[in-house]
Amino acid sequence: MNELERNERYNAYVEAKMPKTKPWPSLFHAFWVGGLICCLGELIKDLCLYFFPYMTTQDAATWSLVALIILAALFTGLGIFDRIGAYAGAGTIIPITGFSNSIASPAVEFKREGLVFGLMSKMFIIAGPVIVSGVVASIVVGIIYLFI
Amino acid sequence: MLNRLGKQTLLFRNRPKVVGSYSVVGPKEGRGNFGKFFDKILEDDLFGEKSYEAAESKMLKLAITEAINNAKINKDEIDALFAGDLMNQIISSSFAARKLDIPYLGLFGACSTMAESLIMGSCYVDGGFARYAACATGSHFSSAEKQFRFPLELGTQRPPTSQWTVTGTGCTILGNTSTSNIYIENATIGKVVDWNVTDANNMGAAMAPAAMSTLKAHLDDTGRTPEDYDLILTGDLGKLGSEILMDLMEYNGYKIGNNYNDCGQMIFSNTQKTFMGGSGCGCGASILNSYIYSRMRNNELKSVLFIATGALMSTVSSQQGNSIPSIAHAVSIKIEGSK
Repeated sequence: MNELERNERYNAYVEAKMPKTKPWPSLFHAFWVGGLICCLGELIKDLCLYFFPYMTTQDAATWSLVALIILAALFTGLGIFDRIGAYAGAGTIIPITGFSNSIASPAVEFKREGLVFGLMSKMFIIAGPVIVSGVVASIVVGIIYLFI
Repeated sequence: MLNRLGKQTLLFRNRPKVVGSYSVVGPKEGRGNFGKFFDKILEDDLFGEKSYEAAESKMLKLAITEAINNAKINKDEIDALFAGDLMNQIISSSFAARKLDIPYLGLFGACSTMAESLIMGSCYVDGGFARYAACATGSHFSSAEKQFRFPLELGTQRPPTSQWTVTGTGCTILGNTSTSNIYIENATIGKVVDWNVTDANNMGAAMAPAAMSTLKAHLDDTGRTPEDYDLILTGDLGKLGSEILMDLMEYNGYKIGNNYNDCGQMIFSNTQKTFMGGSGCGCGASILNSYIYSRMRNNELKSVLFIATGALMSTVSSQQGNSIPSIAHAVSIKIEGSK
């Protein structure tokens, strides 16, 4: 048995032996926590519309996003968000809360390396790729839109 | 006369003694299975410092100074300090050493550093290059997460094969005196082994072949069987890695099981949600320097083969798609009078 063959066999053996994430419990956790966050967003929007009757629905939706971002950043700073995230997985990552956490958590982590090269530059180590791909996607869509 | 057995094993004819030891762990490790054995359990893993890196260094320094006190010798009698850790440029060890005023050699063997430092210390003491040598290593969960993985507060899920880096340090003082009956008999230096595991979240699988290679070389060189040891103890293979090692040894015609355990698998209790168990330099270091020596001093264990395993990758090599080269060193620790 040559080295390549041995490595392939070993990795196949490891793959078969290693514990896997159970999809159904993960999906359930993500569903109810994610759903709850979305309901909270709706609630904030409705409250905005209730207390400020002249606000447009679009503005109310924006304020609801702002509120969720602030809440997620606050919970990150308080050290609670990572525990919810460990339980809910995609349930907290997919809503805007995940984006807020991905910027706030490196800020907390790297603030000890200074304001500029620590906090400010490391803030985007997780969210940076999301922003880059978002901008690239919008350019592509923009070009397509130009021709149709 | 060469002080060697076979191809990879060093024989310490002058029997360097374990004259002192000390272990320091974080609060989570203190709540684990070995809480009552550790010498010091921190209440807060920042240990009064401004950063986790500084805390790790302070823990390492504490382990070294207290191990010297435990050996009941003067700091000036320590002629060499061998230490290493997981941080880039081994800052925890070097920063601890700058306050200690002891001739220092920094080591890097990732999580195998406890065995590596014991081997270097044994060579120094056995060869008459040092009256006493300090062998130390440690790791910190929070500094390791920051360097190797994600920010602590990021809400991600850990994969089920992942392990939890132990916040812990340990130091052994070796010397050529008769004040102790625990001695280092021989040691097998491992080769770098890479079976093309690329998953940095599955260190156990990456390191198990290295442990197998070193254990097999040790048995070949010494002409022993696994049953000749009361305990064969690997450093931080974790649950999956230990099972793989047992399978690999069986495939090679050796049955280990009854007298085999792994520090990573042992250190945390099942309710602590660490998946495959503990990892890091501090995992093997804290257990060896507390529970193992204590059982040896009580004559409950007479011969222990300590095999610390290390994954020798960096975040850069992993991002570039490289596989994980691994190493394991074995140290045979015995008490006087055992066969």
